[in-house]
Amino acid sequence: MSEEYVLQLQHIRKEYPGVIALKDVTLELKKGEILALIGENGAGKSTLIKCCSGAVVPTSGTIVVGGTEFTSMTPQLAAENGIAIIYQEFNNVKELSAAENLFLGRPIRKGIVVDKKAMEKEAAKAFEQLRIKIDPKTLMKDLTVGYQQMVEIAKAIQQDAKILIMDEPSAPLTSAEVESMFRVVERLRKEGISIVYISHRLDEIYRLSDRIVVLRDGEYVKTLITKDSQIQELIQLMVGRELTETYPPRGSCIDKSEVVLELNDVFGNGDKNMNLKIHKGEIVGLGGLVGAGRTELAEMIFGAVPKQSGQMIFKGREVNPKSPREAIDLGIALVPEDRKRHGAMLGISIKNNINMPIYEKNSTLSVINSKKEMETAEKYQKSMAIKTPTLHQLVKNLSGGNQQKVILGRWLAADSELIIFDEPTRGIDVGAKYEIYKLMNDLVEKEGKAILMISSEMEELIGMSDRIVVLAEGEMTGELQKEEFRQETIMAYASVTRMEEDQTV
Amino acid sequence: MKEKVVYQLKDKAIWVVFVVLVIAFTIANPRFVNPNNLLTMLRQVSMYGIASIGMTFVILLGDIDLSTGSIITFVNIFCAYLMVNMGMNMVLAIIITLIVSTLIGTLNGFMVSTIGIPALIATFATQTAFQGLALILCGGLPINGFTEKFKIFGQGYVGIVPVPVIIMAVCFGVGAFILNKTYFGRYFYAVGGNVEAAKLSGIRVGRIKYLVFAISGFFAGLAGIVMLSRTNSGMSNAGQGYEFDVITCVVLGGVSVNGGYGMISGVVAGTFIIGALKNGMVLMNINSYVQSIVMGVVLAFAVGFDCLQKKKQTT
Repeated sequence: MSEEYVLQLQHIRKEYPGVIALKDVTLELKKGEILALIGENGAGKSTLIKCCSGAVVPTSGTIVVGGTEFTSMTPQLAAENGIAIIYQEFNNVKELSAAENLFLGRPIRKGIVVDKKAMEKEAAKAFEQLRIKIDPKTLMKDLTVGYQQMVEIAKAIQQDAKILIMDEPSAPLTSAEVESMFRVVERLRKEGISIVYISHRLDEIYRLSDRIVVLRDGEYVKTLITKDSQIQELIQLMVGRELTETYPPRGSCIDKSEVVLELNDVFGNGDKNMNLKIHKGEIVGLGGLVGAGRTELAEMIFGAVPKQSGQMIFKGREVNPKSPREAIDLGIALVPEDRKRHGAMLGISIKNNINMPIYEKNSTLSVINSKKEMETAEKYQKSMAIKTPTLHQLVKNLSGGNQQKVILGRWLAADSELIIFDEPTRGIDVGAKYEIYKLMNDLVEKEGKAILMISSEMEELIGMSDRIVVLAEGEMTGELQKEEFRQETIMAYASVTRMEEDQTV
Repeated sequence: MKEKVVYQLKDKAIWVVFVVLVIAFTIANPRFVNPNNLLTMLRQVSMYGIASIGMTFVILLGDIDLSTGSIITFVNIFCAYLMVNMGMNMVLAIIITLIVSTLIGTLNGFMVSTIGIPALIATFATQTAFQGLALILCGGLPINGFTEKFKIFGQGYVGIVPVPVIIMAVCFGVGAFILNKTYFGRYFYAVGGNVEAAKLSGIRVGRIKYLVFAISGFFAGLAGIVMLSRTNSGMSNAGQGYEFDVITCVVLGGVSVNGGYGMISGVVAGTFIIGALKNGMVLMNINSYVQSIVMGVVLAFAVGFDCLQKKKQTT
């Protein structure tokens, strides 16, 4: 049986401290087929392909390539066995020509000098084989993204790849470029090359693939024959987990009469046509896939990146924050996704972290009122229940959950009215998660704040939001009221673009 | 927790190094601990100490200021020129000089913050340009002939304590006050520790960079005036290489070259160590070329220690 498959991943398991990224995943790739690999954010697609490329060493399981068994790969082994990966970020040198990029790291040489002519000739041949029109002498930086990708593909084929793994290849491309990429991929299939195609765009998967493997939460769910399957079934499989986690209950506290933030046709930072209303006491969830433009929207509201056009109304007044400082002074706060890089200042004490945005306010002639500083820190340590022996403790010595509470305390101290949470519980253990949820509830219920919550966790989104707005590729594709919350619907909106006509949810 | 202990050890260790050095030099030459010699040593390092305040702030932000020596030179000539060639009143000359040196620092800030030139290059450019400007101003010749009153800053005494040492002590006090008691100090640590998070906490990082380079210019200017008073002659090579010693004092004092960590008390120790080293080596008749080698090794060790620490934290 196994001769039929060019690549088999058997019972792959990958554990990280505290997390299991892959549990017993099995995947088989036939010669000359296009196998689509799909799943939500964090389903384990990237980890799985990294196991194939050698970037990640699986905890257990075997990788069989062309009949040879491996327990793990190295980048070199992968290349020797004909596995090539086309990443979203290209591995090219912009200042070199297409031909030179094609032979990067293994140039054709004449003695000790590089034989440019021979490389250009070979490159022309390679491009010809894929029927793509690229002059081998063109500098990489002068090629469009689509053509740069073609050079990557040509390079893989030139290096005798038999298995091509493509990670979201259509994401950076225009629709015309996507068409020509499809043609190249289909030609490769005809030539007997096997392709693993990862994409969020379900229409592409139906157009290209022979079979579909669905992953969910690091587990293998099912393999489908593309032509016998339905979009609804696929979505069901991707999201079809039991909603098991419980969320702390919250009374009805939305004050419909008071709109805290209103966006009218806001453009900028890659987002188009953003229209949004958040009321006092409301938690609005912002759903969508990674790269849908959710963080970008948060950055605009917070003034980190200015918007290009459109109207932003905060508490009844038109505003246009051009820096985080201005946004903070208005009463907008951002709890960023990457806590360690953008949120907490790790090498600084809890007390100083909490006071950071209000130091100027609590200073006379730039001298800090240290009594007030300490009182503020104590107040929010108490209300946030930050576990620490002393407020002089450096934030890097706290757990993820406590770090998050410090950041929250900071924004409460700054008297923020609207708090934007970007992935509020990422990397936080289960117990602390529940605490963060309770704090969020308190914020809207007792303090009358408004919350915009970006979350890639479907359960969290459904469990915490009063309303969910879904983004896809920089546009708002759907809005759901509490009674309409369904994983399938959210997923369908999140992957809706370019398939609007033929999808019925 | 462990890192904190290591850092605390490092903060204390620097004083241990100082004591060991003092003992070693005393054994080599008992004249080293003579109070007169110790006061001389302090007077010798006072310029480093004064200039090190601004440098500390710059390095806390993770940047560097190479223009310090050149600002000292320029100030030497400029202030001498104002007083001697233009016959300006001493106090006015000093005030104008300090304003100008602060503006030179602000120019560094402009290049680093507004234009985005790396601090290493921006301040390097300033260094060269102002060295040239100093030479043009004095035509390569020393400027002499100050009033007796002007000598007090570099040569005067209060009791047995030299005035420059008092000025240094006041500067250390001001530096510690800014770092610990004003919100600017908090901002320096925040920006140096994590620029992105600092920005998202509402700190206007650009302005902070301006401020820090301006402060560095100011303290370099002050050091230049003290030096002018001490040598009693405006010379076009007065501050040559000073930035090196000042940076060594600061880094030896435990201020992280990666930014975000450091204290004035450490810098005080660093400055004393450099003073003891220089003075001790002279007393031991160590050849000045060899002295250069020693100073180079000391700087490399100080930075190496800091970087190893950083490496350990990230792996």
